[in-house]
Amino acid sequence: MSAAEEVVTEAPAVEAVPKRAMTLGYGTSLVVLAALILTPLFVKNFIIFQMTMVLIYGLAVLALNILTGGSGQFSLGQSAFYAVGAYTSAILMEHANINYALTLPVAGIICFAFGFLFGQPALRLSGVYLALATFALATAMPQLLKLGYFEHWTGGVQGLVVTKPDAPFGLPLSQDMWLYYFTLAITIGIYIASVNLLRSRSGRAFMAIRDNEIAASAMGIDVSLYKTLAFGVSAGITGVAGGLGAIAVQFVAPDGYTITLAISLFLGMVVGGVGWLPGSIVGSAFIIFVPNMAESISKGLSGAVFGVLLFLVIFLVPHGARQVALVAQQLAAKLKKN
Amino acid sequence: MSVIKKLAILSAAFGLLAATAGTASAQKKYGLGASDTEIKIGNIMPYSGPASAYGVIGRTEAAYFKKINDAGGINGRKINFVSYDDAYSPPKTVEQARKLVESDEVLFIFNSLGTPPNTAIQKYMNSKKVPQLFVATGATKWNDPKDFPWTMGWQPSYQSETQIYAKYILKNHPNAKIAVLYQNDDYGKDYLKGLKDGLGSKASSMIVAEESYETSEPTIDSHMVKLKATGADIFINITTPKFAAQAIKKNAEIGWKPLHFLNNVSASVGSVLKPAGFENAQDIISAAYLKDASDKQWDNDPGMKEFYAFMAKDFPEGDKLDGGTVVGYGVAQTLVQVLKQCGDNLTRENVMKQAASLKDFRTEVLLPGIKINTGPNDFAPISSLQLMKFKGDKWELFGDVISADVGG
Repeated sequence: MSAAEEVVTEAPAVEAVPKRAMTLGYGTSLVVLAALILTPLFVKNFIIFQMTMVLIYGLAVLALNILTGGSGQFSLGQSAFYAVGAYTSAILMEHANINYALTLPVAGIICFAFGFLFGQPALRLSGVYLALATFALATAMPQLLKLGYFEHWTGGVQGLVVTKPDAPFGLPLSQDMWLYYFTLAITIGIYIASVNLLRSRSGRAFMAIRDNEIAASAMGIDVSLYKTLAFGVSAGITGVAGGLGAIAVQFVAPDGYTITLAISLFLGMVVGGVGWLPGSIVGSAFIIFVPNMAESISKGLSGAVFGVLLFLVIFLVPHGARQVALVAQQLAAKLKKN
Repeated sequence: MSVIKKLAILSAAFGLLAATAGTASAQKKYGLGASDTEIKIGNIMPYSGPASAYGVIGRTEAAYFKKINDAGGINGRKINFVSYDDAYSPPKTVEQARKLVESDEVLFIFNSLGTPPNTAIQKYMNSKKVPQLFVATGATKWNDPKDFPWTMGWQPSYQSETQIYAKYILKNHPNAKIAVLYQNDDYGKDYLKGLKDGLGSKASSMIVAEESYETSEPTIDSHMVKLKATGADIFINITTPKFAAQAIKKNAEIGWKPLHFLNNVSASVGSVLKPAGFENAQDIISAAYLKDASDKQWDNDPGMKEFYAFMAKDFPEGDKLDGGTVVGYGVAQTLVQVLKQCGDNLTRENVMKQAASLKDFRTEVLLPGIKINTGPNDFAPISSLQLMKFKGDKWELFGDVISADVGG
């Protein structure tokens, strides 16, 4: 944890120009956006599915990034919010026959409320103690989902099979491609909203709390309100990601939302760069593709290979993708001068 | 120039003719993933994560297919076994299944492990019309050819096993009071359902106690004490190996001596009964379909000797006492039989058709008298088991092979 904490406390050095530090420049953004829009036209459905998953986990990492990078709080419980979102969407779609697109805001609102309420007592804790409290939530969630009382809705250990939506208005798109663009649109929406949130008054309050809680409260910021708010927003976005995940995977079961998922998301955030929102996508790609790479190197030792790769990343670029992007930016600037 | 051109056209025409003639005479038919030289098979296993102990099944299969390839393959075609890790996480299973089907373009997916992972991909596999063959789970729902004609199980379903116990109890102990301990998940609940269905209308009066435990509990001692207090004279033990051993031991400690039924999942001599103490395990009844490699009575059995030879030569790093290796070996042999039956018609339809027309097939790791039979309406390859009683340090088979086909 100390390494991550160091990253967070060190952040102000970069934060001197918060607008630029939080986002990519316009030109780069447009290039990335164009790539995200055009690539699916040239690849197989399977790759499109993987890209959809990258966006979905990217959203979940982004949510954690707002919490940790923005307001400086730790959470190992994101898998619980992700599960609640996934189950909300799945149950509404399968039991109440509600349109998939309408289930997402519901998932977001329920998770926001859940996160906000969980945040009330939990935020009396700080640092590692908060991380432990959220950890408890993550370990409890799969078992709660198996509980007999809810089994009628959740399907218990058997889980729920979700129907994948077709493209609307008779658009000539495959299910995967439609879902990808649908996810992309939501991701872009949430990304822009998040960037604006962090640039707003509330965002500045988050960062003030992150940098120095006492100073922040001396400046008149309602520390506990903003902390729970950050928790709620983060949980809400994670819930939307969970709902999208349920639709893309077409199945929800308690085994999909274990503590491993929460740790993966945490990992994705660190690899992407704590507090740097565009890094969320990089981090999410890391947690999806690197285990596959590790497996192709050695099946028996895939865990160990993954560990080594992770160690290399942390060792060589401790600030994650943000560091890589900064170096690239400096190089580009140098080239321009020459 | 023109001569060459003419020649080229002529030879091309001949080539075309030869090609069409070739397909017409030999009747070779290939689906995606199959060719003259290769059959590409996909597999998904939890090599990492909470269920990684089962990963040995996939490794055994890989070793067995390598052995088959070294001996020339099946009808001259080598098996290309592509096995991926899903860490027992359903979202990952979906990703891996799609990778196998859409990117690796395998002919079918074979023996993917676990009920939640297989449930996650069942709909996808059936909509893509790709066989999901011999899934490695005992859930009853895989035998459902009407709704899921592309999915088939292999091992006897959990429900059929407890139905067999129920039959035995109704016949020999019709007035018994039954206490059940089960694991609180799909596996435990499936077993319990089979028992209740088997007992029929008498289920509610005969079962006096149902206790469930979570795998996260360190010990099940308190459940045992509770069950003893109900005064039941039959104990049905639906637990995984670690807990089964605890239950047998605790029974002896608290002096509860009911007629003890132990589910097949934990019937291993080496990993359950020995650690629990043979003296505590006498007269326990269970049911089995495979020979137990840790049971001495099979040491000189020709079928098991072949298995031991395979383990020694082709898979020396595997543990022959691990039940997973016997399962992997048996299911791989069943698949080889299906592929042999397919002949040169290696389409997905024909693989499913041949898998559904196994007649009295036996792999020699099955208990004597147990045969694999399937049909268009019977997607449960192994549906019979034999009762056995623990005497001394080994299981003694008794009674006839009992079959219990249960539809999904």
